[in-house]
Amino acid sequence: MRRLLSLTRLGAMLMKEFNHMRRDRTTLGMMIGVPLIQLILFGYAINTDPKALPTAIYSSESTAYTRSFTAALVNTGYFEIVSQADGDDVDRMLTRGQVQFAVTIPPNFSRDLVLGKRPEILVEADATDPVATGSAISALQQIKATALERDLKGVSGSPREPAPAFDIIVHRRYNPENITQYNIVPGLMGVVLTMTLVMITGLAVTRERERGTMENLLSMPVRPAEVMLGKITPYVIVGYVQAAIILIAAAFLFDVPVEGSIALLSLATIFFMIANLAVGFTFSTIAQNQLQAVQMTFFFFLPSLLLSGFMFPFRGMPQWAQVLGEALPLTHFLRIARGILLKGSGFADIAADILGIIAFLIVAVAIAMSRYRQTLD
Amino acid sequence: MNGAPELASDLAIDVSGLVKIFDERRVVDDFSLQIPKGKIFGFLGPNGSGKTTTLRMLCGLLTPDEGAGTCLGLDLRGQAPLIKRQTGYMTQKFSLYEDLTIRENLEFVARLYEMDRRAERVEEALKDLGLWGRRNQQTGTLSGGWKQRLALTACILHEPRLLLLDEPTAGVDPKARREFWDEIHTLAGKGITVLVSTHYMDEAERCHEIVYIAYGKLLASGTAEEIIENTELYTWRAHGREADRLAGKLRGKDGVASAVAFGAKLHVSGTDEAALEKAIRPYREGHDISWERTSPTLEDVFIHLTAGSKDNFA
Ligand SMILES: Nc1ncnc2c1ncn2[C@@H]1O[C@H](COP(=O)(O)OP(=O)(O)OP(=O)(O)O)[C@@H](O)[C@H]1O
Ligand SMILES: [Mg+2]
Repeated sequence: MRRLLSLTRLGAMLMKEFNHMRRDRTTLGMMIGVPLIQLILFGYAINTDPKALPTAIYSSESTAYTRSFTAALVNTGYFEIVSQADGDDVDRMLTRGQVQFAVTIPPNFSRDLVLGKRPEILVEADATDPVATGSAISALQQIKATALERDLKGVSGSPREPAPAFDIIVHRRYNPENITQYNIVPGLMGVVLTMTLVMITGLAVTRERERGTMENLLSMPVRPAEVMLGKITPYVIVGYVQAAIILIAAAFLFDVPVEGSIALLSLATIFFMIANLAVGFTFSTIAQNQLQAVQMTFFFFLPSLLLSGFMFPFRGMPQWAQVLGEALPLTHFLRIARGILLKGSGFADIAADILGIIAFLIVAVAIAMSRYRQTLD
Repeated sequence: MNGAPELASDLAIDVSGLVKIFDERRVVDDFSLQIPKGKIFGFLGPNGSGKTTTLRMLCGLLTPDEGAGTCLGLDLRGQAPLIKRQTGYMTQKFSLYEDLTIRENLEFVARLYEMDRRAERVEEALKDLGLWGRRNQQTGTLSGGWKQRLALTACILHEPRLLLLDEPTAGVDPKARREFWDEIHTLAGKGITVLVSTHYMDEAERCHEIVYIAYGKLLASGTAEEIIENTELYTWRAHGREADRLAGKLRGKDGVASAVAFGAKLHVSGTDEAALEKAIRPYREGHDISWERTSPTLEDVFIHLTAGSKDNFA
């Protein structure tokens, strides 16, 4: 006899929420502005493909070969020689962060080269920020093949041609796991959605309590599901706008590859958004005022940021942190977004992570519904 | 058919022993009330006496800690959603959405009650109220009195059978107040039951019956005349030049419960007839003041009742 949900009443809630949103230009502007600002900060300030990285080079000899090698290094555009120091200094400069790379050319390099002994050049990279060094390191592989091609033409016979005349050993210092570049922009999508969606639903319900309109709303025959759906749905749409802004910027401003299916990403995104909106709704049932709702948002947002793998490589975290991280929807969403955008993952690849988000979603909605009171007690 | 249930169904509100406890204080204590259908009951009591809390319990916004009862024949605890459908509750604090327009607010209410002919009925209501021309104005920009009048319109829009109004006329001008009370009586004539809290004596006198609450406890109920009769209060009225100046001198004297000036008149009341006479005797002779016995007004009675019950929780 009594339905759990009436479409007329749900429609009433929806129209009301859209009207609130329409009138509150500041918040609406912020919802669009936040992703843009974050993108510019994270995207441009943290250049994913930095060039002309400071490099110290130490060579115990100066020959045509070493000069050619140095020139080839500079020509890649990734290295800028800032120092020609001795061995000890190179190490210290790297530690202090004065240079990103330290290159050591071993003694007798030229002689071994000519004798075909394949001498090894050591490149130590400060990989604290692996994104910064990633491209430069891949450029090194190019040099190996081409740097001394011309110089060695007359010296060695053609039989040895396919194998490079020398080797480059790369030591990634300070951060041996090397996370992928382009990590940041897809990840940002999840981060922005988490922050804005949790906060905005948290505020939407608390505002009603603070302004006293909740008393009137509760005195009318509106059911919890209608209030919750009415509050959440408009922000699902806002969330999609945010996601679209980031995706478009990712593709056009930062050349982030879009390998996989956008439709699949959209599907995963809706679960992720509802999970976050439910968290916000739960907070709003606990918070006494809007300030508390904002504080709770950060209480949820910071661990998400730190433990999801957005800030630090997930595999580099201690076991307990990984367990916590697995529970958070952002962790799964980051994997999904990066997987689809960068690796072209299909549904089968991300199914486990979607399940992870759905599990969180079910718990969050259950808590939100059980905490929602139809009275003022 | 036996008589008892029929009798019960004539009551729009039938609650007994309601208790609400906030932070270990019994804000409403053992409150019982029976209101027959189609009657207007005035709900009076000093600030903090528990009027709003009681009204909230009656419309299902607060769960009573003790006690039980029915509204419109529906159980207060188990059938709150059904009570809400047929009840209009007007909050003491304005609680429509200030950022929505006047019309959007009413349409929202109409949708929540799943009314038919929504657009028409909202238009009618706005025209009756005289706000049709301002229908697209944001509600927050209305003056205080107009907000009250709009809130009342919103809570009778769905044609409820029970109206719970919490100080609906606070800040409303005299003409609008008169219209408001005419409207209330018209609604009551159609069988709608009204429980309205107020601090105005003239409004109290326009109710069929009055319920007086202080300190969370029901202190008096009945018609205005009954309440005045049942309170053992004796009152003298002083009239003349500077009669009002006597108030300060009489207050606190033995036998004087209250001394209140009304312009140039003074009402002196007490519960002990002889002691009261003794107290005013010094001022009867040799002063340019005429004294006469009078029956206490409703206000005298309420001030007396309020003084008798100490702390009202502030
Ligand atoms: N949610 C609450 N938590 C704690 N105390 C409350 C709460 N609501 C009301 N009270 C207390 O209950 C008492 C009665 O308040 P109530 O609002 O019912 O009084 P009232 O008769 O409506 O007063 P007024 O005439 O000022 O509107 C007050 O002391 C108030 O402080
Ligand atoms: Mg009140």
